[in-house]
Amino acid sequence: MATQKGIMNTAMVQAIGVRKQFGSTEILKGIDLTVERGSVTCLIGPSGSGKTTFLRCINHLEKVSAGRLYVDQELVGYEERNGLLHEKKEKDTARARMSAGMVFQRFNLFPHMTVLENIIEAPTRVAGRPKRDVIPEAQKLLERVGLGDRGMAYPQELSGGQQQRIAIARALAMKPKLMLFDEPTSALDPELVGEVLEVMQALAETGMTMVVVTHELGFARQVGDHVVFMDAGVVVESGSPDDVFNSPQHARTQAFLSKVL
Amino acid sequence: MPALTSRRDERPNVTFVNRSVETDALTSSQSDPVVPLRHPVRLAIAIVLVIVAAGVAWDVAMNRGYRWDVVAQYVFAPRIISGAALTVGLTIVAMAIGIVFGTILAIMRLSANPIFRVIAGAYVWFFRGTPVLVQLIFWYNIAALYPVIVLGLPFGGPGIVIGSANVLIAPITAALLGLSLNEAAYMAEIIRSGIGAVDRGQYDAARALGMNGRLLMSRIVLPQAMRVVIPPTGNEIISMLKGTSLVSVLAISDLLYSAQIIYAANYQIIPLLIVASLWYLAMTSVLSFFQGKLERRYGRGFDVRTSRSRRWPLRKAS
Ligand SMILES: Nc1ncnc2c1ncn2[C@@H]1O[C@H](COP(=O)(O)OP(=O)(O)OP(=O)(O)O)[C@@H](O)[C@H]1O
Ligand SMILES: [Mg+2]
Repeated sequence: MATQKGIMNTAMVQAIGVRKQFGSTEILKGIDLTVERGSVTCLIGPSGSGKTTFLRCINHLEKVSAGRLYVDQELVGYEERNGLLHEKKEKDTARARMSAGMVFQRFNLFPHMTVLENIIEAPTRVAGRPKRDVIPEAQKLLERVGLGDRGMAYPQELSGGQQQRIAIARALAMKPKLMLFDEPTSALDPELVGEVLEVMQALAETGMTMVVVTHELGFARQVGDHVVFMDAGVVVESGSPDDVFNSPQHARTQAFLSKVL
Repeated sequence: MPALTSRRDERPNVTFVNRSVETDALTSSQSDPVVPLRHPVRLAIAIVLVIVAAGVAWDVAMNRGYRWDVVAQYVFAPRIISGAALTVGLTIVAMAIGIVFGTILAIMRLSANPIFRVIAGAYVWFFRGTPVLVQLIFWYNIAALYPVIVLGLPFGGPGIVIGSANVLIAPITAALLGLSLNEAAYMAEIIRSGIGAVDRGQYDAARALGMNGRLLMSRIVLPQAMRVVIPPTGNEIISMLKGTSLVSVLAISDLLYSAQIIYAANYQIIPLLIVASLWYLAMTSVLSFFQGKLERRYGRGFDVRTSRSRRWPLRKAS
């Protein structure tokens, strides 16, 4: 029990037997996973294996059907009272979501707002911080992602790579403890992939805890501290990039890698 | 280049596989002389239409039966002006109630709670399925059904008497009730389709940033729904403006009823109908103008791509 507690104190994300069902089909079949603080965990696996679903569970966008999921020691979606799990209120869930930033495959910037408005929306409206504090921060974030001069543009006026970098800045504006990336480069033209991965690598270098679903194995190998291979709703294999990529233990991992490498 | 302070410089630089980039095929710089395609049939039909239109215009101007002198005499008559003002007032109030109530209905129809969905659905079904003229006359005669209006509990529970229905449901109240409750049903459908057109990813992104409930709706979903909602709402306002003429059956002195009162006295039916029509036309034209402006305002951030892609095939290769 003491060791269990010890793990939970250092881990940013701790999944214990996480299951997720949509109707009668079980998508996640008992995921056990630990994401250490300040580490970069790359989730890889074939299409439909449940990577997106798991990432959405971490951010409370999907309800966990069974098992326990802790983010920064807080149980996701439920409260434990008198030994029973109670579903959290919408408002508390919304507040809990602020601790993780999320970046989507299709950017999902707010098209009716300028880039700057996209970034300051949540800090001002959700966190209730004054604009005069938030705007300079937003400007700094824009510079960090190399788009300091595009604050007044609308998302549709930007390239996919630029939009994704704005989406990263928007998530960072809430000062999250954890960043979740769901295939952030797979909707991009090949020549734009590099600029987004560079921003992500630089972010990893600041010590941000990151969970990245990706098909960019080059990125996983060089930036990832930890690689997790998922298939059909379970974690098949996990370890350092070296272990997983160079000496995969399981036949399913070997088959997947031989297909994508 | 992004400039982040590096705490893990010992890591090797990332080199990513550079996949091949497709080359742009549109590189022709020739501009040969071109003979445009001719459309003889289209041209012939256009000429016929012009002749017909000119004939109609000529007749309208010359036929003494139109009595343009009477039209000119009454077009700014005080009674007509106050009728037009009432028409505008009715339109504004009925539309405002219709939009607010319609938004609530739309959100109810999209609710996770099936009771809300069913109630809102039944409301829309009923009010869209019965003629607004019938509804107007119904509200006008509500006193026959409920002589006294009581605020209280249903199924014969205790309540407070508010007043006699005949007094409370004056013609103007009946008109507003009829027009706005009916409008709410149409607006509910329009707003629902607008909300439905907002990408699911927008909800995810907003929720991931900690937004929910009212904030999510008012800042993210509804503003984007506006783009889809505004064109049909503009049409609704225009039909409402014309539709208010139905209240003339309740002897409310709107624009049409005012014209009717005048022609009942002087028998100049056609000229006074023209007067009313001129006002309706003028008012709907003003509305169309503002509708266009609003569409551009709420199209912000959306039309950039489309207007560009619309432009490029027309652009000459240079
Ligand atoms: N809301 C939902 N309702 C029903 N089924 C769903 C839902 N979301 C996902 N699924 C199903 O869950 C399975 C796993 O989906 P998920 O998106 O998590 O896979 P993934 O590993 O991210 O795949 P990809 O690499 O294609 O993104 C799929 O078969 C999908 O059809
Ligand atoms: Mg996915």
